[in-house]
Amino acid sequence: MSEETPTTTRKGGGWAIWLPLALFAAFVALVLIGLLRPADRNVESTLIGKPVPEFQLPPALPARPGLDSRDLANGKPHLVNIFASWCLPCRVEAPQLAALAEAGVPIEGISVRDTTEALQRFLDEHGDPFQRIGADDDGKVQLSLGSSGVPETYVIDGKGVIRYQHIGEIRPEHVPLILDKLREASR
Amino acid sequence: MIAELGLAALWLAAALAALQLVSGALGLTPKGAALAGIVRPVAVVQGLLALTAFICLIYVFAVTDLSVKLVAMNSHSMKPLVFKIAGAWGNHEGSMLLWVTVMGMAGGVVALIERRLPERTMLATLAGQAFVSIGFYAFLLIASNPFERLSPTPVEGNGLNPLLQDLGLAFHPPTLYLGYVGLSVAFSFAIGALVTREVGPAFARAMRPWVLAAWIFLTAGIAAGSYWAYYELGWGGWWFWDPVENASLMPWLAATALLHSVSVLAARNALRAWTIMLGVVAFSMSMVGTFLVRSGILTSVHAFAVDPERGSFILVLLAIYIGGALTLFALRAGTVTEGERFALVSREGALVFNNVMLSAILGIVLFGTLYPLVAEAMGAKVSVGPPYFNPMGALFVVPMLVVLAVGPLLRWRNDRFGRVGGRLVIPAMLVAAGAMALLVMGGVSLLPFLGLVLAVGLAWASLLPLRERKLRRTPLAVWGMVMAHFGVAVSLFGMSSESAFSIEKLVAVNAGDTTEVGPWLVRLDGVEPVAGPNWTALEAQLKVRYKDADPVMVRPQSRSFWTPPQQTSESALLTRWNGQLYAVLGGEGEDGRWQLRLWWKPFVTLIWIGGLLIAFGGVLALIGRVKSDLRRIIARDRTADRRESQGR
Amino acid sequence: MAIKAKHQRLVLLAIALIVLIGAGLLAAWALRNQASYFYVPSEIVADPPAPDRAVRLGGMVEQGSLRTEADGVTIAFVVQDGDARVPVRFSGIIPSLFVEGSGVVAEGRMGRNGVFIADNLLAKHDENYIPREMQEMTTAQAERVVAETR
Repeated sequence: MSEETPTTTRKGGGWAIWLPLALFAAFVALVLIGLLRPADRNVESTLIGKPVPEFQLPPALPARPGLDSRDLANGKPHLVNIFASWCLPCRVEAPQLAALAEAGVPIEGISVRDTTEALQRFLDEHGDPFQRIGADDDGKVQLSLGSSGVPETYVIDGKGVIRYQHIGEIRPEHVPLILDKLREASR
Repeated sequence: MIAELGLAALWLAAALAALQLVSGALGLTPKGAALAGIVRPVAVVQGLLALTAFICLIYVFAVTDLSVKLVAMNSHSMKPLVFKIAGAWGNHEGSMLLWVTVMGMAGGVVALIERRLPERTMLATLAGQAFVSIGFYAFLLIASNPFERLSPTPVEGNGLNPLLQDLGLAFHPPTLYLGYVGLSVAFSFAIGALVTREVGPAFARAMRPWVLAAWIFLTAGIAAGSYWAYYELGWGGWWFWDPVENASLMPWLAATALLHSVSVLAARNALRAWTIMLGVVAFSMSMVGTFLVRSGILTSVHAFAVDPERGSFILVLLAIYIGGALTLFALRAGTVTEGERFALVSREGALVFNNVMLSAILGIVLFGTLYPLVAEAMGAKVSVGPPYFNPMGALFVVPMLVVLAVGPLLRWRNDRFGRVGGRLVIPAMLVAAGAMALLVMGGVSLLPFLGLVLAVGLAWASLLPLRERKLRRTPLAVWGMVMAHFGVAVSLFGMSSESAFSIEKLVAVNAGDTTEVGPWLVRLDGVEPVAGPNWTALEAQLKVRYKDADPVMVRPQSRSFWTPPQQTSESALLTRWNGQLYAVLGGEGEDGRWQLRLWWKPFVTLIWIGGLLIAFGGVLALIGRVKSDLRRIIARDRTADRRESQGR
Repeated sequence: MAIKAKHQRLVLLAIALIVLIGAGLLAAWALRNQASYFYVPSEIVADPPAPDRAVRLGGMVEQGSLRTEADGVTIAFVVQDGDARVPVRFSGIIPSLFVEGSGVVAEGRMGRNGVFIADNLLAKHDENYIPREMQEMTTAQAERVVAETR
């Protein structure tokens, strides 16, 4: 290049030119620690191993029984699914719940802050795996179960004891895990 | 069918990127020189294929092809067309495809038009661009295929969330993306130059338009994002030092530094290694920002809205590209020949000062953003906010602005303060007068005080480079610089004025009550229910009156959406030339009184007007640079033609 | 003023390094003093922060503790975590999700009389878990992140 001025090549800088790389390495190390640190982010329910708190929920749909905590202690393990028609992830997990219901798992629903019409439309569109659906209109039962969001799913054993809490939607890869927990619960 | 076409185009583009990398790298060796010829055409075709894939994605979104999983998840047949189309990039896969498309197209344009650089540097640059692209293609094809089919086809899509149907939301993220990806071109140029060690003015001129364009998009994106947060959150603030905001600010700071250092390199052939490093750093900051936002590593409170896996993928790409580039830099920078020398008091000296200050600010923002991670690693939960960022930033912004007033007046190479001192008398007097006025007024805290007086002085000083010039013949680039610097002053004035003079009033009032905020009288006429397409709201009827002017109605709302159920407060803004009235409606108390939160914010709009001026200055400079580059290219081609014809 | 030509690169480098390292040290010092720590009620009772220090307090709003004061815009309530209770005062627009029994993060400082003065209340914002497919970081979510990390 004609514009280049020939100047003497010097090794200026020395260690300083490694500084950016060193800082970057420190950054990568830092975020790796952050990413790899065992996630205590999933809040494990303190209710696991404890009996379901007592509640009686009125029917959410006229043609379907509501949910009573005593219904859960009938000797068989149950899934209790906390959901709502306005919750997008609940739609994502609908096929998995349908598959579980098809496999013969009794699934009880707690619909949180919903209306009959919206709920009916949701079930029509996304399938209806529920035996009973209780209407938790103020979210109190949801809170008493230690759930802070929808969807959440509980595995309850035949004595009405909470054995497992699944936070967030059930994805296809979670189905075996859920079945495992149900099997454990039936023992 | 279209989806398969898109996927095929994407695979082909990825394959061509690999070919571009291999042929570019081999083309640099004596044996592979024969391959060098195909690199440019391959880069162009690669860009076009990526564009094809992106167009296919837009098409499947536009016709709502629900057999495509991404469409089913993110779109809905009832959406207005513009939101269907915007939905194509309003999700992870689509935005990544947009990223590689812009990157591929930019590489294609570089390959097509850039003829100033030595061919070897071009080969290395295009190989570098391909190397970066390949990572993102792999990310798309392996971990986030946008064209994945869904079986059985759902009857309806999932994405009719009305909250997300917002034009600002549709176009704000891609604006920032264009900025990020523009910096990837600068990155590739830096790599190319490092490989061949050919760093000089020609290199700087080739790189500059890309840096400028990226910087314009970043500036506009940040300004728009800030205004969005201001009116949408209803908290009265316009910048929250939140990680998501910092993620866009950091590339901007690096790009601003790069923009100035590349000017030194272009004009004076100095700051060679430093410019190269900034080229690497600017794109690093884009990727770091994307990583921090995507991985959710900084928002552990909200563990569910993020995806550590995808974050890890970006981290791997980050480690490879940035780690690789910085290693190359460390190995090569020492052997990049030193540029021209200059005295401390000179245009170069001022620009170096600007660069060091910007780098320091960048470091402070990065450090503050990452500190919660450091603290968490040591077992403490902390958050870092304005009490850290504001004074620490000001510590470096203030000296930088002082130099900003002087720098453009200095000559290249060597100058004396005495020569330019005379011209700065008026700005200095303005500063002094402003300081006196504010002191007499009293009650203004230190940072806004400094901001206000500096803004006044700077506004004048920024126009000085136009003196003694014939305005008609002043190059567009100089106009651009003046306008951008003036914009800095304007924006600074807005920020300081907002902080110094804002009047806030929090009251509970009955219908019929009148309250006062600054020069405004606000009367609550009543609160009425209103309904929209997917929400109901309580709307306050506020009759507001500015001094003696006629009363105007403003109507802040407290809105309830039902799918999903969510409450938002819709603030009401009333803009006057000298500020904005900002009203938020709160809840109703047991005694029937309504909560109102009112602000009078003098000159607050100048913040974003200044931002737009800065971006517009960039546009002027870009037009000027590209025009003069084109002229130079045409002139050179003519000489070449003439030589050729003479040779015959 | 002109530097010895021979050493220009080194001098510039040295100046830049000094400034940047200085900035780093300053930042480290400022962060130690300005970062706002997160407390739960039992921690803040056991080891209260300095009175003017900005901190965040997170816990549950105790049932039956919420009172509105006469001015209509100031509320007082108690945040508890099962082990300890902290009285809190706040003036401002109350977030819609803020109710008794819900979780809350209060930003502010501990007053000298043992009452926490909140400048800002963050109620748990979104109870809808978001699946991976919908996780694109849109500005709407950014808003949520803003809300949750402040």
